[in-house]
Amino acid sequence: MNLQNLQRKMARAVMLPLTAGEGMRPKAPGGRSMRAVAAEFIKPNDRLTSFQRLEIYNRQYWFRILSALAEDFPGLRAVLGERRFDALSKAYLTECPSRSFTLRNLGSRLPAWVRAHPGYLGPRKRLAMDMARLEWAHVEAFDGKAEPALRPEALKGGPSAGLRLHLQPHLQLLDLAYPVDDLAIAVNQNEEGLHIVSNAVAERRRRARGKKVIPLRRQPIFLAVHRSPEDNTVYYRRLERPEFLLLLALRDGKSLGAAAAAALRQGSIPRQRYASAVHEWFYNWAALGWFCIPGKNHSPSQS
Amino acid sequence: MPANQFNGFTDYGIGIGLRTPHYQHILSRKPVVDWFEIISENYMIDGGRPLHVLDQILEQYRVVQHGVSMYFGSAEKPNREHLRRLKALVKRTKTPWLTDHLCWGSVDGRYTHDLLPMPYTFEAARLTAKKIRDVRDFLEVPMAVENVSSYAEFHVSEMTEWQFLTEVVEAADCGILLDVNNIYVSSQNHNFDPFAYLDGVPAERVAQIHIAGHSKYEKYILDTHDHPVIDPVWKLYARAIELAGPTATLLEWDDSIPTFQEVHDEALKANRFLHGKALSKAV
Repeated sequence: MNLQNLQRKMARAVMLPLTAGEGMRPKAPGGRSMRAVAAEFIKPNDRLTSFQRLEIYNRQYWFRILSALAEDFPGLRAVLGERRFDALSKAYLTECPSRSFTLRNLGSRLPAWVRAHPGYLGPRKRLAMDMARLEWAHVEAFDGKAEPALRPEALKGGPSAGLRLHLQPHLQLLDLAYPVDDLAIAVNQNEEGLHIVSNAVAERRRRARGKKVIPLRRQPIFLAVHRSPEDNTVYYRRLERPEFLLLLALRDGKSLGAAAAAALRQGSIPRQRYASAVHEWFYNWAALGWFCIPGKNHSPSQS
Repeated sequence: MPANQFNGFTDYGIGIGLRTPHYQHILSRKPVVDWFEIISENYMIDGGRPLHVLDQILEQYRVVQHGVSMYFGSAEKPNREHLRRLKALVKRTKTPWLTDHLCWGSVDGRYTHDLLPMPYTFEAARLTAKKIRDVRDFLEVPMAVENVSSYAEFHVSEMTEWQFLTEVVEAADCGILLDVNNIYVSSQNHNFDPFAYLDGVPAERVAQIHIAGHSKYEKYILDTHDHPVIDPVWKLYARAIELAGPTATLLEWDDSIPTFQEVHDEALKANRFLHGKALSKAV
């Protein structure tokens, strides 16, 4: 058996979902005995069979990735409850194994995956989808790129209609059906800070059951998830709908005039109030450092 | 200190791993620490607090990078995005040498995020050595590979682990990050003499040493980095120092992390051996 074939064989076994008792499955997907599969390439010793030695890696694989996903999505875990979140995590990670060298990207496909698999979300489907989107946006905002900010003084006298403004790559814009920002803040206050420190084997942490989630009423919100240049903390800022639309249009590369016109058409702010509102928004956004001078590799981020 | 080409001809002493729970203590108290080891992957990002903290640390301390996902032993080619980000971080930290593990962990673009054991074959040694050379040439920094703890052995293996390590580092002409805790863990799991391992590796290639604690189970030992270093590991450390000379040493403590002072005090116990005072007592 050459190196690549051996690694493929072992990786298939290591990534095989565990049994309900958190052991290695007795059968491979094709129906073969895992004892026979393990014995083909793993030596037994005087204490452990080939199956048991392979099982150590199988268990550690799942404990590590489940723990990493739970760390990034504490709000979704709170919304779904322990059992549903566990089932969802296992199904997601089976279908979407990591394709990145860093565990930081493990949840990158989760927002799209939960939309495509609503059966895992229990009765509060849209709430769960919103929370998954918010928590992935949080990851992106936490360590996304920050370009040099355009300060408010640069927009003194009002920006011209033909101006194209660039938004910070770490700024994420979300339209949500539920006010999940409040819930996420409450959940994060209860979470212990956990961090990926190395690949040392981590025994699975059975976390304390989180507080029961307060029922949320459906209330559409528009949210900016951004990182403060002052303290590098991620903040959530609610936006009015025209603000959100204007920012989205700027992110899409529209000129200020075109973006403002599009937002005005779809927004609810009276035309006579619009100019002063836009002026105030731009001042606030610039003060928050949301406009930037793009670098060489700048590309608008999607949220 | 054995300054050699594999650690950039440096004379580093005892370091500890830079861990998030200690950020505030380090930045506010500025404790005297010879050097910090960082997990490269935690800082291969575009921005935010981790990089901000790292820049502050770099203003005051010496930093060495340690990676967990280069997977020199994986049959596939290195990930280009990984290499690009790693090189950017190397430029930022000016690490005098760089380490990662002698293991594999990805196949066909899928990552296990684990340090999986190598089959000790000549084919695997040749492919691994080539990959180490390619990565070193791209990164332009001295490299050392770390022996991992393992819980399984392969039928196809053609040599011992220490013979395989030697085969790889000689062919790649790279250094060794000798993890004496990993040697102890694997020796217990696979019934070999850990001192025979130490005697079998080329001591002149040892660029750095890792020490750590582990967890004992009924039928095997797991490398958990969540306990103080035990006496048998200190004895191995003493022997390693005897063979390689006083060497840059790093205590790993990654889970159930105690206070900064406790971790640092545990690491400083290595001074007993680095300066030869407790050698006869330990052995």
